Amino acid sequence: MLTGSAAIFALVMLLLLIAYRRTPAPHQSERRQERFWLYGLGLAFPLVTLAALLIYGLVLGETLLPKANENVVTVRAEARQWSWSFGYADAAGRTQCVLHIPAGRPVEVEITSLDVVHSFWAPRLAGKLDAIPGQVNVLRIEAAAPGEYHGVGAEFSGPGYSGDAFTVIAHDPASWAAFLGRAKE
Amino acid sequence: MNALARHRALSRIWSSQPGWRGVISTVNHSDIGRMFLLVATLFFLIGGVLAMLIRTQLATPHSAFVAPAIYDQIFTMHGTVMMFLFAIPLLEGAAVYLLPKLLGTRDLAYPRLSAYGFWCYVFGGLMLVFALLAGLAPDSGWFMYPPLSSSAHSPGVNADFWLIGVTFVEVSAIAAAVEICVSILKFRAPGMSLDLMPIFAWYALVTALMILMGFPPLILGSILLELERAFGFPFFESALGGSPLLWQHLFWLFGHPEVYIIFLPAAGVISTVLPVMARTTLLGYRWVVAAAVALAFLSFGLWVHHMFATGIPHMGLAFFSAASTLVAVPTGIQIFAWLGTLWKGWPRLTLPMLYIIGFFFTFVIGGLTGVMVAIVPFDWQAHDTAFITAHLHYVLFGGFVFPMLAGLYYWLPQLTGRKRFFRIGEMAFWLIFLGFNGAFLAMHWVGLLGQRRRIAWYPEDAGWTAINLFSSISSFVMAIGVAMVVFDIALHALLAIQGSRNPWDAGTLEWAMPTPPAPYNFASIPIVRSREPLAADPAIGDQIARGEYFLGEPRGDLRETLTVDAASGRPEALVIFPGNSTLPITLAAATGAAFLAALIRAYWIVPLALLLVVGLSLRWGWSQDAAAYPGLQNVGRATLLPQAIETDRSPGWWGSVFLLVADTVLFGSLFFGYAFLWTVGPNWPPPQWLSLSVLELALGLIGAAVEVIGIRLAGRAVSRSSPSSHGTLLALAGAAMTMAALAMALTRAGQLTDYAYGATIFVMIAYAFIHAAIAAIMICSLAYRTLRGGASCPRTSNVNIVRLWTDYAAFVAATSLIATQFSSYLT
Ligand code: HEM
Ligand SMILES: [Cu+2]
Repeated sequence: MLTGSAAIFALVMLLLLIAYRRTPAPHQSERRQERFWLYGLGLAFPLVTLAALLIYGLVLGETLLPKANENVVTVRAEARQWSWSFGYADAAGRTQCVLHIPAGRPVEVEITSLDVVHSFWAPRLAGKLDAIPGQVNVLRIEAAAPGEYHGVGAEFSGPGYSGDAFTVIAHDPASWAAFLGRAKE
Repeated sequence: MNALARHRALSRIWSSQPGWRGVISTVNHSDIGRMFLLVATLFFLIGGVLAMLIRTQLATPHSAFVAPAIYDQIFTMHGTVMMFLFAIPLLEGAAVYLLPKLLGTRDLAYPRLSAYGFWCYVFGGLMLVFALLAGLAPDSGWFMYPPLSSSAHSPGVNADFWLIGVTFVEVSAIAAAVEICVSILKFRAPGMSLDLMPIFAWYALVTALMILMGFPPLILGSILLELERAFGFPFFESALGGSPLLWQHLFWLFGHPEVYIIFLPAAGVISTVLPVMARTTLLGYRWVVAAAVALAFLSFGLWVHHMFATGIPHMGLAFFSAASTLVAVPTGIQIFAWLGTLWKGWPRLTLPMLYIIGFFFTFVIGGLTGVMVAIVPFDWQAHDTAFITAHLHYVLFGGFVFPMLAGLYYWLPQLTGRKRFFRIGEMAFWLIFLGFNGAFLAMHWVGLLGQRRRIAWYPEDAGWTAINLFSSISSFVMAIGVAMVVFDIALHALLAIQGSRNPWDAGTLEWAMPTPPAPYNFASIPIVRSREPLAADPAIGDQIARGEYFLGEPRGDLRETLTVDAASGRPEALVIFPGNSTLPITLAAATGAAFLAALIRAYWIVPLALLLVVGLSLRWGWSQDAAAYPGLQNVGRATLLPQAIETDRSPGWWGSVFLLVADTVLFGSLFFGYAFLWTVGPNWPPPQWLSLSVLELALGLIGAAVEVIGIRLAGRAVSRSSPSSHGTLLALAGAAMTMAALAMALTRAGQLTDYAYGATIFVMIAYAFIHAAIAAIMICSLAYRTLRGGASCPRTSNVNIVRLWTDYAAFVAATSLIATQFSSYLT
C-alpha cells in the first residue's frame, strides 16, 4: 500500500514538474488531450488501482474475521472512566486493568462500557473496537507468543484519558491453567 | 450621461453609510463579503494560537504546560473554531464577495439576508470566544460524542456553549447557502447560460446545495442533545431506549460532507486560478463540473467510515469501505484535469501558483492516506491516532488553506486595486510549506507508532519525544510563515501603489471593472456570450462603464438588477433591491437573544425573543414589497421586463424552495432517528406505545386538506383581483385544525424523560406543530394585507410563497401524525 501510494504521488509530482519544463506543444486538439488526461488518467487509472486495493482490503478483512473455532476462549472487558475490568467465562472473579489470556489460542473479548464511549485497543494483538454503553461488541484477538502486551483506551473519554491503559498477559498452557485454578479458589 | 456621471450617480445609490453606521447597516455584498473574510481570518488566527498551545503541550513528555482539563478545552476549541468559525465562513465570504462579480450582476439575491447571516455568525462566534476566555469552553472533542457530552458526564455549561453557539453559527451557513443557490441560478448576466458560468460558480452552487443537505442532521442532533442535557429527554441514553450511536450517525451525516463542503470551493479557486496562470482555459470544463457533482453525491453515502470501530455489521463495513474508496475517482478527475490544463498551456511560476503547487503536494498525500484509512483493517489500527490527525490536516490545510492563500494573492489586486510590491509572500510560502510538512509528516509517523490523538501527555519511555519535538518546532516555523502573510497583506493594503486593472490577463468579469470595485460592480449589466467574456472582448469593461448594456441609466435612488431564466440566461425580470438597513443586525440580535436565553436556561425569555423574531420577519417581508412598479419596465437596450415581485415566482419563492429543502432534510433526519432507535436502539420496545386517537388523526388530516385547498382558492382570488377572502379564511381554519390535532397529540406523548420513544414522537409532533404555526402566521399576514387593500394587497407571488409553506406544513402534519399514531400497530 505504501509503495503504491508513493508511486502515485511521484507520478503526480513528475507530471507537475514536466509541465514547467517542457515547451508547450503547439495546438494539440483539445479532444485528444481530454481523452488522455480525463478518460485515461482521471477515470480509468483510479478505477483500476482502487478496485485492486479494495479487493486486497476485503480479502485481508476476511482473514481477520473470527472463524468458528472449538478452541476459543471468551473474556469480558468492561470500560469505565478510567479503568478496565475483565471477567472470564472459564473462571469466577474479575481482574482490574490486567487481562489474562492463553497464548496461541483465539480469544473473544466481549467489550462494553459502564459510562461513556471507550475503545479497546491492544495494538499488537488486533485493531480497535469501541466500548459502547448498552451494547456488547465482540473482538477476536490472538497472542502468538506468551508475554505482556500493552493496551489502551482509544476513544477520548475525558480528563483521565491520557493515562487510560491496561496490560494483556498471554500465558503458556501451564500458567493459563494455573491462572484459572487460582481464580476458581 | 457620461461614464463619470453614471459612476457618481450609481455610487450614491449603492454605497453604504460612512463610518461605523455603515458597518451595522450595510447590505452590500462587497462589504459583507469583506467583513466575512476579515472575521474568518481573525478566527483562523485564534484557532492557530490554540494549535500552537496544543503543539507546546505535546512537545515534551509528561508535559505540565496545562492540565488535562484545560488541554481538552484547547483541542476541542481548536477543531471547532477551525471547522465552524474559520473554514465555512471563509468560503461563504469568498462566495459572497466574488459571485456577483463573476456572474456579471450587482448584488446577491437577498442583500439583507447576507447581512443577517453575517451577524448571526459574529454573535455565535462571540459566544464561543467568551466561553474560551472564561475557561468554560466545550471539552468533549469537536465531535462531542455522548454520553461524554451528556449532562451526567459534562455537567457544566461547556457543552451547551458548543451545541447552542455552533447551531447559531449554522443558521448563518444555511442563510448563505440559500442566498448562493438563488443568486447563481437567477442573478446572472443576460446570456450567461449554465454552460457559460465561470467554473467557480458551479463549485459554489454544489457547495451551497451540500450545505443545505449536510447541516440539518447536525442541527437536529444538537437540538436533541441539548434537549437531553436541559430536560432529560433520553435520546442518547441506552438504558432508556436511546443510543449513543444515534448521535454519531447524525454527526457524521454532517461531518463527512462537511469535509467536501470545505474542499469544493477551494477546488473552485484552483479551477479558476490555475488556467489563468497557465495562460489557457480549463481542460474538460464539463468533466470538472460532473466530478464536483459526483463528489457531492458520493459524500453523502460515506459517513459510516468514521464509525468503522463501533461494531458495525460486516456487510455494512464492506459497502462503506467500497464507497469511500470510490470518492478518489472524481477527485482524481479533477487533479488530472488541472495537470492537463498545465500541460495544455504555458504555466508561469507566480505566487498564487506556488501555493497551488503546495496544494498538489499536500493534498495528494492527504488523499492517498485517506484511501488507506478507507480500508477497514488499516483503519482499525490507525483510527483515533495521530495518523488521523495528520491525514485530516493534509486534507484540510492542503486542500483548503493552500488554495485559499492562492486565491487571496490572486484576487488581492482586485480587492485593493494595488500592485504587489513587497516580496514577503514567497518567503512566507516556504516557511508555511516546509513547516507544515515537517509538523504533520512527523505526526503520521508517531501515529503509526501508537500515539493516540487527544492525549494531554505521554510517558517518556514511549519513544515519541524526538518526533513530537520536531513536529512542534516545525509547526512554529509554519506559524511564523502565517504571521508573515498577515504582515504582507497589511503592508499591501496600506502602502502598495496603484495597480493596473487586469494584472493576470484573466478572462472573467470581475477583472472588467475598476479596482477597487465600486459598490454597484457594473455600471451596466453586460451581455455574456462566452465563458471568458473579458478575453473574448477586451473592450467589454469600457462598454460596461459607458452604460451600453442593461440598466445603464440609474433611476431615482433605486438599486436595480436583472434576473434571468435559470438554464438559458434569458433576461426575465427587473429586481429592485432594498437599501441599507439595520433590520438584519436587529433580527440577528433577536435571534441571538433566543439562543442566549436557552444557553443560560432563562427559558421564559425564549418565547419573547421568538415573538420579536416573528414580528421583525413580517416587517422584513412587507418592506420587500414596498418599491413596487406595476407593468413592464424599460431596462435598456429596448427591452421591457416585469418587476420580479410582480411575476408568479419572485426571488422570495425561490428562496423558500431552497430553505424548504434544508427543512425537509431536517425532518428526514428526525425520521431516520425514529427508525434507528426503533430498529437498532438498545432496550426497545417502549413500556407503552402511543395509542391511536381517531379524533386527532381525522382532525389533523382534514385540517391539512382544508388548508391546502384554502390557499389555492386564495391564490385564484388574487390572480383574478377579486376581493374575496374566503380562501384565506378557509386556509386559516385548516391550519387551526391541524394545530389543534397536533396539540392534543403532544399532550399524550407521555413521560418524556422516562423513555426515548415518548421523547422522539414528542419532537416529531412538535416539529409539525411549529410548521403549522408558521403557516398560520403567514396566512394571517396574507389576510391582513387583503383586508387593508390598496398597495399592501397581496400579489400572486406572495400567495405562492405562502402556498409553499402551507403545503409543507400540511405534509409534515399528516406524516408525523400517521407515523406516530400507528406505531403500536407496526410491531
Ligand atoms: C495552523 C496550523 C494548524 C496546526 C499546527 C494544527 C494542529 C493540530 C493538532 C496538533 C491537532 C491534534 C490534537 C490532538 O488530537 O492530539 C489538531 C486537531 C484538529 N485540527 Fe488542527 N492544526 C492546524 C490547522 C487546522 C485547520 C486549518 C483545520 C481545519 C480547517 C484544523 C482542524 C482540526 C480538527 C478538526 C482537529 C481535531 C480536533 C479534535 O480532535 O477534536 N486544524 N490540530
Ligand atoms: Cu469522512
